Amino acid sequence: MSKTIKLKKGFDINLVGEAGKKLAEVVQPETFALKPTDFPGMQMPKLLINEGDDVKAGSPIFYDKKNDQVMFTAPVSGEIVEVKRGAKRKILEIKILADKEISYESFDQYSVSDVNNLTREQLQEQMLKSGVWPQITQRPFGVIADQDDTPKAIFVSAFDSNPLAPDYDFIFKGKEKEFQAGLDVLTKFTSGLVHVNINGQGEVSQLFSHAKNVQVNKISGPHPAGNVGVQIHHIDPINKGDVAWTVTPFGVIQIGTLFLEGKYDASTTIAVAGSEVANPQYYATYQGACINKFVEGNLNSDHVRYISGNVLTGEKIEKDGYLGYAHNMITVIPEGDYYEMFGWIKPTTNKLSFQRAFGLLANTKKKFKVDTNEHGEPRAFVQTGVFEKVMPMDVLPTHLLKAILAEDFDEMEALGIYEVIEEDLALCEYVDVSKHNIQKIVREGLSLIQYS
Amino acid sequence: MKFIRDGLDKVKPHFEKGGKWEKFYYIYEAHDTLLFAPKDTTHATGAQIKDAIDMKRLMMTVIISMIPCLLFGIWNVGHQHFLALGQDASFLEIIKIGSIQVLPIVVVSYGVGLGVEFAFTIFRKHPVNEGFLVSGMLIPLVMPATVPLWQVALATVFAVIIAKEAFGGTGMNVLNVALTARAFLYFAYPSQISGEVWTYLGDGVQAVSGFSGATPLALGAEAVANGTNMMSAINSFGAGWADNVYSFSNMFFGFMPGSIGETSTLMCLIGAFILIVTGAGSWKIIFSVFAGAFGMGLLMNGIAANGFMEMPAHYHLVIGGLAFGAVFMATDPVTAAQTETGKWIYGFLIGILTVIIRVLNPAYPEGIMLAILFMNVFAPLIDYYVVKANKKRRLQRATV
Repeated sequence: MSKTIKLKKGFDINLVGEAGKKLAEVVQPETFALKPTDFPGMQMPKLLINEGDDVKAGSPIFYDKKNDQVMFTAPVSGEIVEVKRGAKRKILEIKILADKEISYESFDQYSVSDVNNLTREQLQEQMLKSGVWPQITQRPFGVIADQDDTPKAIFVSAFDSNPLAPDYDFIFKGKEKEFQAGLDVLTKFTSGLVHVNINGQGEVSQLFSHAKNVQVNKISGPHPAGNVGVQIHHIDPINKGDVAWTVTPFGVIQIGTLFLEGKYDASTTIAVAGSEVANPQYYATYQGACINKFVEGNLNSDHVRYISGNVLTGEKIEKDGYLGYAHNMITVIPEGDYYEMFGWIKPTTNKLSFQRAFGLLANTKKKFKVDTNEHGEPRAFVQTGVFEKVMPMDVLPTHLLKAILAEDFDEMEALGIYEVIEEDLALCEYVDVSKHNIQKIVREGLSLIQYS
Repeated sequence: MKFIRDGLDKVKPHFEKGGKWEKFYYIYEAHDTLLFAPKDTTHATGAQIKDAIDMKRLMMTVIISMIPCLLFGIWNVGHQHFLALGQDASFLEIIKIGSIQVLPIVVVSYGVGLGVEFAFTIFRKHPVNEGFLVSGMLIPLVMPATVPLWQVALATVFAVIIAKEAFGGTGMNVLNVALTARAFLYFAYPSQISGEVWTYLGDGVQAVSGFSGATPLALGAEAVANGTNMMSAINSFGAGWADNVYSFSNMFFGFMPGSIGETSTLMCLIGAFILIVTGAGSWKIIFSVFAGAFGMGLLMNGIAANGFMEMPAHYHLVIGGLAFGAVFMATDPVTAAQTETGKWIYGFLIGILTVIIRVLNPAYPEGIMLAILFMNVFAPLIDYYVVKANKKRRLQRATV
């Protein structure tokens, strides 16, 4: 039974610099990188290669000591040029100098009908070794799925409601066959249903709306309607002891391609957006791409922040940094390290605020140029009621956060920590007048519970 | 304005770790951030952009919402003064007398309170919290114009230390700071804050014949004690020197004796409007306090055992400090219930308790102060049950 869910709470952050719907021709970046730090819950990555080795796309690069079945593989073929390490020799980046022509590690290839006849074991084996498995995220905790689990359901959010997020209909155009094959594979893993959650507002590509063998749900409302955690909460919530999996449409297509074409396909279409991008548009590249080719000579100003991902959940990277594993966009916004005289009280119409305190007169429907200024200093929790307005879940954010800060395990559990990951409270972090690092607090809480 | 910034940057190293005035860093920081919004940027992970609101702006919004009450209070202190003396006075004379009485109280409250705040930032090494900017304005507004300044200072010190800093500062306090200051005076120096203290007369002057400083609440208490008819006492009050001073409209507009800022229900409603539009105060609390008081007033009308009980319920909303308390004191987000459902319960109970204390307990003529303090203490209990209901919904879902 397909569900239609209308959400009222939340907040759409409208920013200038939305990517135009055209695919730019660009020389591919020279290097690509795999970052073990992109995977929450990674215990200790064990390298399988050395600097100087040649790899193909899909060759294993490292695995986690915690689970040596799941391989993390190269997005492109080429030479391992550097293993960048940080403090205590922690592996930060494994850089690959890409070949001009990508060569692929070959995996078993099947026709569409054959895929349906494969058993879970056969599917799983190929998925684990080829590098597509990390696309499957487990709820609770938002970590890579455990291959021994059978989730009660699998959820795919078919739209991204984050600020400036890429349009899935555009970037996955023409991938109907792969998407459907990926869904068919996933249905073998769950005792329940695979859910594809589409945007209830406006036209949706048939790629998603005509998906077969799955339940298609319609979700509408402001951000975070596109967050899979919010969707799960309204469709089939996670209780203590439950395990559900989530996969992005990119992951589903990657899994489908693996079986239909027998290769680990890390090619992706990313949006390069933000107020400081001269020409915001889409680029075809591979996961883990170095961003320099996309931003060089494509900026409106110098003093900027490069973000891998969107402005709510992304990560600050350098100009020659690399796209995060799960990120589908690069955002470039002005760095906000300036003083502003009486900036805390001056009436203004061009600062974006969800709140309406004195002098914040801007109309939130128009598009804003927002910088990285904190707009204030850290304080204790004072204001109440505002988190609830941007949280379309029956979860009490302030109480949950306080339980985490107090390391009260029973409270965290009872208040619903199993239902959330960082991104679900990203808007709370944005609106917080006391400027807490809410997403960091949420991850701390998840780690506490996970390893208790 | 660059030279100010340069000047601040020049002295900043002295206040930072290792500098000669290291101890005073947070005092420096308070002034710096007051002049300039800081240049801090968002962290490398997590939200890369932040809402333009900050605590200073939020608190300033609350102060702005109190300005109508303050200005009207200044005028009303002068107005009541000349009314009691039976003299006609120009607008400027009224404002002058009002300002001379009111502004020193404001200055003392802010001066002493910020002094204590600064001392604590040095001892406890925490930033100066903006919370006192609001408390510092609330304290004068709930004092009678005749209160001795040293009492204001003492009450402020007591409230900031015992009600706030002892718990860890703004955000951790259990009781409303301004109301704690008032309650302190109420119990420590009752003769200066109850009885006929509401009208400033001045030294060596003779009030007009027939003058009485009794408030409607005092008339109510008298009705309970002596079995007099309260409504006729209210309607005939002031005959000869201030006819109809306690008519409903007069009390709504606030042309009556009382604490400096609380007499005018209209000004409180303007403040409420600002708070609600800006999102700084919870409309749920404001509305439910009024609704609770009105509902309890109706119930009292139904019993009607004495003159006070017979007073029409809507009078409860304009006499005493109910409106001021509902709008500015009950909505303090830190001491109020913090859950949305809890706010309704919290507000209703404040309204109900206020009327109960007023009508059934003649020892305390005004109930709103004690009702709010009482509910401050109970707010965590209300939240406890609201949170428990949330947990229960989650558990029940698991079993179906």
